[in-house]
Amino acid sequence: MIKFTNVFKAFPKGGLALKDVSFHIAKGEFAFLTGHSGAGKSTVLKLIYADERPTSGEVRVSGFGVTEMRARDVPLLRRRLGIVFQDFRLLEDRTAEENVAFALEVTGARHASIAARVMRVLTQVGLAAKAQAYPRELSGGEQQRVAIARALVNEPTVLLADEPTGNLDDRATRGVFQLLRDINASGTAVVMATHDLDLVRQAPYRVIELQEGALMYDSAVDEPRDQAAAP
Amino acid sequence: MNLVVREALLAFKRAPLLSALSVTTIAFSLFVLGLFGLVVVNLQDALHGVEERVEVVAYVLPGTPIEAAAVALKDIEAFPEVQAATYVSEDDALARARAELVEFRDVLRELERNPLPSSIEVKLKPGFRDAAHVSDVAERLRGFGFVDDVRFGRDWVEKLDRLRQLAAAVGIVVGAAFAVVAIIIIGTTIRMAVLQRGREIAIMRLVGATDGFIRRPFLLQGAIKGLLGGLAAVALSFGAYALIDRYLIQAAFFTREQAAAIVGFGALIGLLGSASSVGRHLKRV
Repeated sequence: MIKFTNVFKAFPKGGLALKDVSFHIAKGEFAFLTGHSGAGKSTVLKLIYADERPTSGEVRVSGFGVTEMRARDVPLLRRRLGIVFQDFRLLEDRTAEENVAFALEVTGARHASIAARVMRVLTQVGLAAKAQAYPRELSGGEQQRVAIARALVNEPTVLLADEPTGNLDDRATRGVFQLLRDINASGTAVVMATHDLDLVRQAPYRVIELQEGALMYDSAVDEPRDQAAAP
Repeated sequence: MNLVVREALLAFKRAPLLSALSVTTIAFSLFVLGLFGLVVVNLQDALHGVEERVEVVAYVLPGTPIEAAAVALKDIEAFPEVQAATYVSEDDALARARAELVEFRDVLRELERNPLPSSIEVKLKPGFRDAAHVSDVAERLRGFGFVDDVRFGRDWVEKLDRLRQLAAAVGIVVGAAFAVVAIIIIGTTIRMAVLQRGREIAIMRLVGATDGFIRRPFLLQGAIKGLLGGLAAVALSFGAYALIDRYLIQAAFFTREQAAAIVGFGALIGLLGSASSVGRHLKRV
């Protein structure tokens, strides 16, 4: 599903962002990507959705080789992924429903099928009643649910979440995290970058920890360790 | 409705102020170009008016039989440069002189013998009314055996030539300068509109929109803005023309094709401005 093999990523002025990172995330898996700010979590996610290319090494996602991928294939890869960010990234001048529908429209989905599919995912994230609301009329947690609905509407095989609860209060965090768990339970792989260790401890999921661009710990490979010792 | 058209029109609805500002900016920069265009059009009209008076007159030797002149007239009319050739007999010439030179009426009436020669007056087609062609035709007219002398006001035609060249040079240089300024202003305006939607473009890419999909509504929107700006510029130019025509001097307005060219120019710059701005933006994000 997602396979990193000896991946290095250097930025022209930023030095090495990733150093020899290798891991494999299987279909339907839930994996946390942890580490301090600047550890390389976002770079890993950007490599997965082909916003960046590895300097060396191989990144394979859903059958696409990101390393040597042609620019025109990038949108095709992204349609197989759902991506959620800390800052939601909703279009402010469109309603919740329009924001979600937009992700279908760009793929050239049949117009007749769009409304039904949009309502189905909005119902799934518990926001059917607020379909006509604009982002500014929604709470942070609700906005993130719209973003998740948008990520889900194309029925992705992988959902990438970059600090999805970073801007949310505890209650909203629990709600959004539960939603991601439900999504995973229905078969979608979830990769969630976070530095919220309470959240990580709550669930029995795989943990991949980065430190200064290097993979420090992978619970699928390494010996289990005392959770309290984790950063 | 087609998605591209819908997205392009929605952009106007979502950012009405910025859209209106873009259209207004485009309108005024094209209006300046349009005003200059009006000057050029009217100057050309005036020059054409003067040009129409370019004429070559071949004076016929006394005693030439009218039949010989009539045959030659046919030949002259067949010259590629010639629009019309008219035979003016001695009597016609005298009658015309009497009508035109009123102050000499008494002298002309008392003449015992008509001193005026008959002549052939040759008018040239537009495009051939410059010194080179006029001299060339005059030379050929001299070749006819019965032609005594040929006149065409060489100095005057040469001055007209220079005036025409000057007008063309000024038109091209100043016109190009105005056009470049319009292109820069319109390009910047369109670029601002694209930058304002940078976030939206980034989000479109994240959800898997192709560059073509992102670009098309922007191109259409740019073209529509240019088109509206162009229409407004033509309307403003017409207003200026109407005022000038009424209060200052009688003037001419653009032909339908020229007005359409201004609107088309606006649409084209809007389209190209969008294409380059979005292209640059897509490369960057």
